[in-house]
This record gives sequence, C-alpha cells and structure tokens, in this order.
Amino acid sequence: MLSRQDVLRLAELARLAIDDDQADQTLLGLTAVFDLIGQLEQADVSDTEPLVHPGADPALGVRLRADRVTESIDRQANQVSAPRTANGLYLVPRVIE
Amino acid sequence: MSPDAPGLPPSLRTLAASLRTRSIGAEELARSLLDDIAASPLNAFLDVRPEVTLAQARAADARIARGEARPLEGVPIAHKDVLVTRDWVSSAASKILANYRSPFDATVVARLSAAGMVTLGKLNCDEFAMGSTNENSAFGAVHNPWDLAAIPGGSSGGSAAAVAGGLTPAATGTDTGGSIRQPAAFCGVTGIKPTYGRASRYGLIAYASSLDQAGPLARSAEDCALMLSAMCGFDPLDATSLELPPEDFAKALQTPFAGAAQAPLQGLVIGLPREFFGAGLAPDVAQAIQSAIDQLTALGARCVEVRLPRTELAIPAYYVIAPAEASSNLSRFDGVRYGHRAADPRDLRDLYRRSRAEGFGAEVQRRILVGTYVLSHGYYDAYYLRAQKVRRLVAADFDQAFTQCDVIAGPVAPTVAWDLGAHRDDPLADYLADIFTLPASLAGLPGLSMPVGFGAQRRPVGLQLIGPRLQESLLLRVAHQYQLATDWHLRRPAQPAPVDH
Repeated sequence: MLSRQDVLRLAELARLAIDDDQADQTLLGLTAVFDLIGQLEQADVSDTEPLVHPGADPALGVRLRADRVTESIDRQANQVSAPRTANGLYLVPRVIE
Repeated sequence: MSPDAPGLPPSLRTLAASLRTRSIGAEELARSLLDDIAASPLNAFLDVRPEVTLAQARAADARIARGEARPLEGVPIAHKDVLVTRDWVSSAASKILANYRSPFDATVVARLSAAGMVTLGKLNCDEFAMGSTNENSAFGAVHNPWDLAAIPGGSSGGSAAAVAGGLTPAATGTDTGGSIRQPAAFCGVTGIKPTYGRASRYGLIAYASSLDQAGPLARSAEDCALMLSAMCGFDPLDATSLELPPEDFAKALQTPFAGAAQAPLQGLVIGLPREFFGAGLAPDVAQAIQSAIDQLTALGARCVEVRLPRTELAIPAYYVIAPAEASSNLSRFDGVRYGHRAADPRDLRDLYRRSRAEGFGAEVQRRILVGTYVLSHGYYDAYYLRAQKVRRLVAADFDQAFTQCDVIAGPVAPTVAWDLGAHRDDPLADYLADIFTLPASLAGLPGLSMPVGFGAQRRPVGLQLIGPRLQESLLLRVAHQYQLATDWHLRRPAQPAPVDH
C-alpha cells in the first residue's frame, strides 16, 4: 500500500515539485494504478525469460555504428529552443558557491 | 475543401495521378486544405505555416512540370506532433516543449518528403503520446468529426480526426499501445502499426522505446500501403531498426490469395481470439465486428477460434513497462537544454523540480511517478522484470495462435468512442479500454484497423487485424479485399460548421 510519504519520495526521485495539496490527489491516482499493476502477481512466470524488446535477438546483440565522423552538430540550431544560453553554453543557477 | 474546390479524390493513387497529369495543382490543393484547416472546429492541428507548405507545393508542381514527379509528388500529409520537424514546432502536445524547434526532420518525415509529399503541418495528440482520448494534450482535446461531442481516440487523435474530417488525405501516427489503431477505429479511417523495427524511431520523441512505432493513417488499406512503402526501411540512426530490403506494399496488394479463382480470400484462415469476444465487448461493437467477419467469410476466408490467454495480463504488463521507459526517456526534459523553464529558480534542483512540474501534464506526471517506482530499488524484480516476463508470455500466446491461423481478427476497442470528459475522474477506465490493442504492441506485431460499420450514436467501429511478425502485406491484402467489396472506408461525416477566426 502506497503512502503519502512514498509519493513525496517518488516525486523527489523524479524531480517533480509536488506540494502538500497535490500529494493526496496524486496518491489517489497512483493507488488506482498500483491496484491494476498488482495483478501481475497472478501470472505464472516461472522458467520465463524477460522480453526486453520485441526485436531483441540475443545472438545479434546490440548493433553499433562505426566510430567515424558522419555529421557535426550545429550548436546554434540545437540551442534555438534553450531557455537561456550565452556564448554557446547553457546557463543554469550557480551550482558551486 | 472550400465549396468551389474539387473534393479530395477517394484514394492517394488517384490523387497522385491527378497531380501528375496536372488536372489538379499541388499548390491549389494545399491552399484549399490550409483554408479548411483554418476554418475547422476539430482542433486537429497544432502548428500550420502556410508559407512553408505552399513553397513545398510549388516545388512539387515544378517537379511535375519537369517530368520528375516522385511516387507521391504533391500529395498532402500532416505529421503527428511527436515526430520532429525542422520547419514546424515539435511540442509533443506538451507545454514543456511548447516552442521546441528541432534541428532535423524525423526519418519517417524525411522519407515521406523524399517521396514527394507536401507537409500541411503538425497534428494534435495526447501529451507525449500518453493517452487514449487526446484529452491529455496541453493544447486542448481534438473533436471527433463524426460527433463533435465524442473523443477522437488517442493518442494519434489529431491524425485520425484530420483524415476523417477531410483536412488531409493522409497522416502519420505513432502507436505504443494502440495509438494508431484505436483513433483510426474511433474516427472511421484505416491505420496500420507496422512490426516493431520496420519504421525508424529516429526523431520520434520517445515515450516507451521498446514499444513506439510510427505508421500511416489514411482512408484505405491501399493508401496505407503506399505510405508504408515510403515510410519504412533500414535506418542506421535507430539501433532497433530492422535490416530488411525495401518492400512495395502497394504492389503486394495485387498478389492473389491461393484460392482466388474461387473467392478472393479463399485459403485464408482467420483466428478469432475467444478473449476478444467476452463480456467486456459492447453489443453494438460486437454486432458490427460480427458483420465484418461474416463479410470476410463470404469472401472465402475460414474462421477458427484461437486463444490468447494472457490478454488481460497485457494491461498491467504494459502499464509497468511503458511508464518505466517513459520515466527514463522523459528525464531529459529538465528546463536546461530545451523547453519550459520555471521562473526565478532558487538553485538547480529547484529549477528541475518546478520546470518539470509546470511543464508536464497530470497524466504524464502520473506515468513518470509509476515508472520511477517500478524501477526503484527493491521493486524492480516485482514489477519491471515480472512485466517483461509476462511480455514474453503474451508474445508466446501469439506464436501458438499463429500455428492455427494466418491472421487474427477482432475488435480494436470494447466500445465506440465515448463522450469528451466522460472518464475525467477515472483515468484507469482509459487504461482498461486498451485491452485489445496492448497484446500486439507488447509482442511487437503488426496491427491494422479498418472501419467496418457504426455502433451506438452512429459512431464508427473498427476491425483489428493482427499478423505475424513482418506480415504487414498480408494484413493490407486482407483489408484491401474487404474494402473492394464494401464501402465503409468511403463514408464521410457531415461537414461540421466552420469556425470564424
């Protein structure tokens, strides 16, 4: 059973600001979801390997690209949508005092 | 279309031919559709830039004039907003990406442009494709053209509504747990989710990477076949893209079934999963589905009952796996590199927490929290690992069923489209309604939805066809034969009154 404390801990892990008023509402929604996904307990999964993705072929592994330059990143185009930049860098609040 | 403009022809093939013979101009066509989009009450489009569209259309006209037309030259299309585009905002219908401009086009967008298609703009959807009603869009819900009080379905609701409403002859969608098939069914259009790995995910803003797959929505199976041929193909930029030779799905429609000399579908065995026809299926939907199955039988197909015993378990498995992947994928939205940033952050942690809380809608936050929980220390085995094992069992059920049949048929959804706002206080009702689309998603199988009639309140019903891995052409051939013999796919809603802006 999920508690209000759990909700606040999860919100912290997920970096989502949730105030006290919202916590109860969120708890309600999450409790309903956890009732649903709790049904997984009924499944007999003994001797079953997990399926990570449906194209997964363990024999092939992960396909890698050759390590060579194909295109370069246009920094300016990339930063068009950034909230704050200066001299090609992303600005954030001071991290080290 | 405006009253004096010619109506959209019934198929992309005839539209492409009319453009090629210059009986209709690409610019004239694009202009007319842009006018309709501006006047539409459906809220299907999020970003429209007439100057970009018209420049593309003029370039198409010039190519046609030079005799250099590509297969779909000048044919209009619109793209779901989770596919990034260089020339239109790509917001994923989220406030957190409200003004995001991608420096590149998604591979499927680039491939359709390379086939000559002219882009009309970006289509509304549920935020980050999370939802089955389109009500989770940060920019307002889309209306169903058959009944403006009804949801269009989701998450590709803008795509389905725009095609059904005649605002575009074709659209892209993406399907993670049913997001192409269900809105196609609710809006009375045809849509196909290809096998996982067929269409590149490069430039598809990730929701659940092991499930996400792009596909077309259009009027008919033939239209979808034309688009799918252009969309699919190996892409080295997507690590899960399948290395397959190009396939001409439209040409494959001409391949007759083994016993076609007797009847068009003679020799085809259709599996009807018992679990898809249980008590949860609304009687009006059941009736339309039965009529469609009778029609397929009349065309020569033979039906057998099959079992998909883990159908119900697919719901909890999906609602563990998809949120787990979402919580990881959406961690990149932090208010630093793109999108919304909270005002006056105290420190970096405050910036992250408030930017994300302000930028993400309620359903997206719920899924991030669920995903964070199931991946967290001590719960990983009980939820995430267990869900992946159930996923293997769901896939095994299909393997077993396909030893008895060629394709599986059943409803797309248990009911017709419900009213906007009907599930407002019960988001779980939406989750449960995904029951018939989730199994094929988890197994990575191709699934098609086509209109087969109407249910309560004259809202459309869709039949789902599920095929074995890489058997898209089989699904399209079956649907094409059905559509040659019926006209449900040609029915159109009455035009809603235009809105003055």
